[in-house]
Amino acid sequence: MKRNVLQPGIMDLAKYPFLAEAGDYLRDKGFNLEQLGHPDWAPLVEKAYGRIVVASSGQIYGSELERLENADMEILSFIVAVILLKAAGIHTLTRRFSLAEARRAEKYLQQDLWSSKDKKNLDLPLKIIQELFGVQVTVENDEFVIKVADYLQRAVHFHEKEWKLVNRRVQHGFVYLTAHETVRLIRTELGQYINSKIQSITLPAIPDTFKVRVQDLVLLASKFSDAPVVSSDYPPCVKHAIEVLEKGENLPHSGRFLLATYLLARGQTTDQIAPLFKNAPDYNERITRYQLEHISGSSGKGTKYQCPSCNKLRSENLCFAIPACDGIINPIQFGKKRGKTND
Amino acid sequence: MIEKNSALVENAIKEYYFNHFDLICVPPKISQREFGYQKINGGMIRHVAIKDIKELHLLLMQETPSDVYCSNAYYSFPNMPMSEKDWKGADLIFDIDAKDLALPCRNDHSVSRCSACNDVILGKQNVCTKCGSTKSETVSVTCKNCIEESKKEVKKLVRILVDDLGIKNEEIEVYFSGNEGFHVRAINSNYEVLGSQERADLVDYIMFNGAIPETFGIKKQNNSKSTLPEMGELGWRGRAALALFGSKSKAPKVSRQVILDGYSAFQIRLEGMRQTIGARVDPKVTMDIHRVFRLEGSINSKSGFSKIKCENLDSFDPFLNACLLGEEKVDIVANCPVSIRLKNKKYGPYANERTSVPKYTAVYMICKGLASVI
Ligand code: SF4
Ligand SMILES: [Zn+2]
Ligand SMILES: [Zn+2]
Repeated sequence: MKRNVLQPGIMDLAKYPFLAEAGDYLRDKGFNLEQLGHPDWAPLVEKAYGRIVVASSGQIYGSELERLENADMEILSFIVAVILLKAAGIHTLTRRFSLAEARRAEKYLQQDLWSSKDKKNLDLPLKIIQELFGVQVTVENDEFVIKVADYLQRAVHFHEKEWKLVNRRVQHGFVYLTAHETVRLIRTELGQYINSKIQSITLPAIPDTFKVRVQDLVLLASKFSDAPVVSSDYPPCVKHAIEVLEKGENLPHSGRFLLATYLLARGQTTDQIAPLFKNAPDYNERITRYQLEHISGSSGKGTKYQCPSCNKLRSENLCFAIPACDGIINPIQFGKKRGKTND
Repeated sequence: MIEKNSALVENAIKEYYFNHFDLICVPPKISQREFGYQKINGGMIRHVAIKDIKELHLLLMQETPSDVYCSNAYYSFPNMPMSEKDWKGADLIFDIDAKDLALPCRNDHSVSRCSACNDVILGKQNVCTKCGSTKSETVSVTCKNCIEESKKEVKKLVRILVDDLGIKNEEIEVYFSGNEGFHVRAINSNYEVLGSQERADLVDYIMFNGAIPETFGIKKQNNSKSTLPEMGELGWRGRAALALFGSKSKAPKVSRQVILDGYSAFQIRLEGMRQTIGARVDPKVTMDIHRVFRLEGSINSKSGFSKIKCENLDSFDPFLNACLLGEEKVDIVANCPVSIRLKNKKYGPYANERTSVPKYTAVYMICKGLASVI
């Protein structure tokens, strides 16, 4: 990324500490890692650790940005958190942290878009969106306007009906959105952006005061399951359902039902399937098992539930058909019949 | 196809590519496209790369394919297997086929041909009255009404592409499919990068699939406070308003009733509107980003018609404008219970009769399996 295009102020950096300018700022102020290892800075390490713990539980870390004095701590705690994560080297944790930080930033982006609307001072949030994700947003009256193609490339990952293009105001190649919708649209990318930034840094030698917390992170992560094996020959609808769960986002009941029935039909056991749901925001092990056993027919009346048809899934917006889906009527058939190639 | 018939068809096609090669319209970036073709009675050959228009001409003259296809996608290596082609983008393509429109006229010109004894009967039949076979094929003789109804869908589609999606008229090309419908190709750089999932949602937009009452101001709760869209609005809100109200003067009255009827009733209304205001394209074609699509200007071996460009859709008449094969007389035995008008002359119906017809008529009926060369 080009430096100094965004020109954020210190409060902006506290809100968006993943911007490259945050590092520059700290360097300019003369902070270095060695110094942060001093016991005086213990509260900072705790703050950073807390930031990760909150994220790992699926919560969004709340900043106190009312006072400017806190801004330095906000920026620093993000950077120390990144270093702790990097040292722990656990992808699941980094991913969760990135997503939670994205959600946090989303909140500020939305506020910035909203409050600056009258002042015609949308520069920073719009520039962040354009610089980081290549999406050009313009403002028209009260609405934020983006190209249909830019919209589709992001919105197809949402399964709620209101995100379908047909339920949007579309005009002359552009989609009209609210501030909230605009930032929601880039949440996943923001998460990926933060994640890739963390992946790309090289880890410096870390102070001893950090090491205890790194150990704690390793311990914390052992509570989460690793990402389950996703076979590449699953149909797109099933892959999508797994992805949603992996990201810790909410999958509607119909999506969970699809996943369970499909995997059961493919011969997986409830023990193998249950961990998939661990990342769901409302996960409850006992209930999940009970539901899976019910669907598999191994409890209660013993009716075995069948995988829903492609038609049904299409109507529930859970279908993401690709050419290989041609001519099949149930996801179970995916990969078994050969698709047509010509018209 | 038996040999005498295939010889005639092949010869007619060869003549066509010799005389009318100028009608072939290869989409831009020819060398990055994948071509495919089929020969009569032969299988599909895909993953063919073509350098330029001369090479295409040569291929058509040498191979005399019954059908030629060109990918909507462009690749770095169009002749490699799919996984190595390196997909770079694809035009938006649309297929409107009369057989998907559930038109009442379909029964009047669909014939059932027994796969065992080739006997032909008007309409559907499950068991052949002649030989008792249960295997049959339905063949549709192209019908004027089907074409006119398909044109309406094309117009709806083009309006949406232009008004809603911001694609310019110059970027949209409409072709008669060569059988019973139309193909539309839109070349616009904003959309070429879209993957299959994105195109699936785009096609739902175009077909007006998946619209929810909330989009039109109808709420699940507190419905009395709902406000419906106005007729002047752009996009689906305006089109739905027009479909609901019919005219401005009726708007207040209808509006009150619609709001009174509530959420579920509105869902049913939306479902009904899908057929009338949505453009009925084949979603599978638009979603496919690796499709080989019938080449513009080539012959369709389902009919012997050309997939020809429609400069003026309203006046376009496939029975005249797409009927471009040779004129000399051919002796055939025709078994065609439906009559057809080609180049302003009526042929048939024929009940297993010998007759002498122009080559284009002979090829048409042979392609449909309703005649044979003597
Ligand atoms: S067509 Fe069927 S298998 Fe393919 S994505 Fe849709 S629901 Fe899944
Ligand atoms: Zn028969
Ligand atoms: Zn008809």
